[in-house]
Amino acid sequence: MSIEDRRKERLDRGIKVRTDGLYALMSWRELSYLTLPRLVLIFGILILPLVMPSMYWQRVISIVCIYALLAISFDLLAHFVGLVSLGGAFFIGVGGYLAAILNTSFGLPPLLTIPISTLAGATICTVLLLPCLPLRGVYFAIVSLMYPLFLARVIEALDILGGTDGIMGIESFPNRWVEQYFIIAMVLLFLFGVRRLVNQDIGLVFRAVKDNDQAVRASGMSITFYKAMAVFIASAMGCLSGACLVHLYMWSGISLFALDFSILPIAATVIGGGGTLVGPVLGCFILVPISELLRAFGTLRIVFYCLILVAFIVFRSEGIMVYGQRKYHQFERWVKV
Amino acid sequence: MNEQPILQAHDVTKAFGGVTALNRVSFDINEGEILGIIGPNGSGKTTLINCITAFIKMTSGKVVFRGKDISSKPAHKIADMGITRTFQIMRPYYSLPAYKNLIIPLFSPRAKRTGGWRGGGKLGDRGTVGIDILEEIGFERDSAVPYKMTSTLPTGYLKRLELARCLALRPEVILCDEIFSGLSMSEIASMVPLIERLQMDGITLVMIEHRLRELFRVANRVMVLNFGVKLIEGTPEEVMADDKVKEAYFGSEDAEEVMSYA
Repeated sequence: MSIEDRRKERLDRGIKVRTDGLYALMSWRELSYLTLPRLVLIFGILILPLVMPSMYWQRVISIVCIYALLAISFDLLAHFVGLVSLGGAFFIGVGGYLAAILNTSFGLPPLLTIPISTLAGATICTVLLLPCLPLRGVYFAIVSLMYPLFLARVIEALDILGGTDGIMGIESFPNRWVEQYFIIAMVLLFLFGVRRLVNQDIGLVFRAVKDNDQAVRASGMSITFYKAMAVFIASAMGCLSGACLVHLYMWSGISLFALDFSILPIAATVIGGGGTLVGPVLGCFILVPISELLRAFGTLRIVFYCLILVAFIVFRSEGIMVYGQRKYHQFERWVKV
Repeated sequence: MNEQPILQAHDVTKAFGGVTALNRVSFDINEGEILGIIGPNGSGKTTLINCITAFIKMTSGKVVFRGKDISSKPAHKIADMGITRTFQIMRPYYSLPAYKNLIIPLFSPRAKRTGGWRGGGKLGDRGTVGIDILEEIGFERDSAVPYKMTSTLPTGYLKRLELARCLALRPEVILCDEIFSGLSMSEIASMVPLIERLQMDGITLVMIEHRLRELFRVANRVMVLNFGVKLIEGTPEEVMADDKVKEAYFGSEDAEEVMSYA
């Protein structure tokens, strides 16, 4: 037996290391314990458009999903790579304007503009953010906050890309069901995709970059490369939601660079629980409808909004999802004992 | 043994503004050798390692690895060539369990190319290989220790984890920055055979150390730094007998007496 064979046998022997990826399914109850939260989430989101009372609220669900994509992208960067991104508006703006240009100038249908502007937009965003990736600290946050302001002013001052009027006459989705379910499917795809990614070996490298970038360098890996990869994934999500947004509104203007797109996903992450990926999505499902309900109060809604946020930060700073997960695991122990 | 030195430093100089932390330090290491670097606090030992591994840029000088000039390469490229280092202040990934700390180096291009320590990376799943490396480095395989969160581990294990992170890359040279510091006598006693075994496996080691007695047991040659200047280089016996070294460590008076305790 060669050394190699013997060594392989030794490695395969006995202990299974990856217990957190393997489940021993012994009963239906355990099976349902594990899958129920996921199924509730998936079916809940899928059924939502059907139970909405009006077109208006269906549109709100689409907007929620767009914010949810941004929130997942923020959570990925902040809690798994250690980059605090204030660039939601940047991603939305770049993706949105690209889709608008592709649609109005080149006549491409939404089903082509969306994937193209997702990939091209992510490339543009990554290249523009590349200079601050080797650095640690606030630089990434500052630069990602600066770009949307910068681009909005450039468009305004040079009167390019429709100037302050924006680009009008953008084709909408074929019909509202396609629109709704396309965006919902994207949210589910990225939610579970990113969750899987961060638990793969490459996801561990991302987390290692957050934990200790010097040790990653000492392990022979370029931290800039892995940060760029994560920024590409996150900005792809942002650009995708931007592209969906312009096809939803059939209009693209400098309000795509509004700070709302940067701030609301962060607030949703605080409320939902950072580092859970599902939490930020739930946070969006709470925050966006509340802000719609409070529309009747006019500008006063900002006050309510702030009160809700402060209350969450003071009383449940861990976030709904972290709290919920803990309670759910306690529930299992309680049943077993 | 190969005649050409595996790692050479020529006139490595590092100035932080007006302070010259390293002044034209040169040394050679042959393959499979253990070189100790000693010197009082602030004499530039860690700066020397930082310069060799490109964690800081040297002001002037040259580092040659197997005949190739590596002084302009970035840190991750140097690690990729097989020159790894441990950190004086341990830098594990605190948010991961101990064995998952090793998945990261095992995922690196070098480990994928070479198969990692003892070639395990090509044979099994990275987590299992990680446990295997940890066992060799002194983590009890069948206990809970390798699975514990790194933030809960005591210093002794963290020092070993630092070494394991280097080993996972299947390195040719390891630069150890005070790997014995903060350990108890019995922990050091169990570390020494580990170092000796690494040498038998053909790894070249550079060890910065303040624990002279243990260092002199394992090192083939010792180099003394003082105020960024190389004082002397030689076998442990030669270094111990040298007057300049005694003076650097203990001042000029009573050096004989103090040295007898070392």
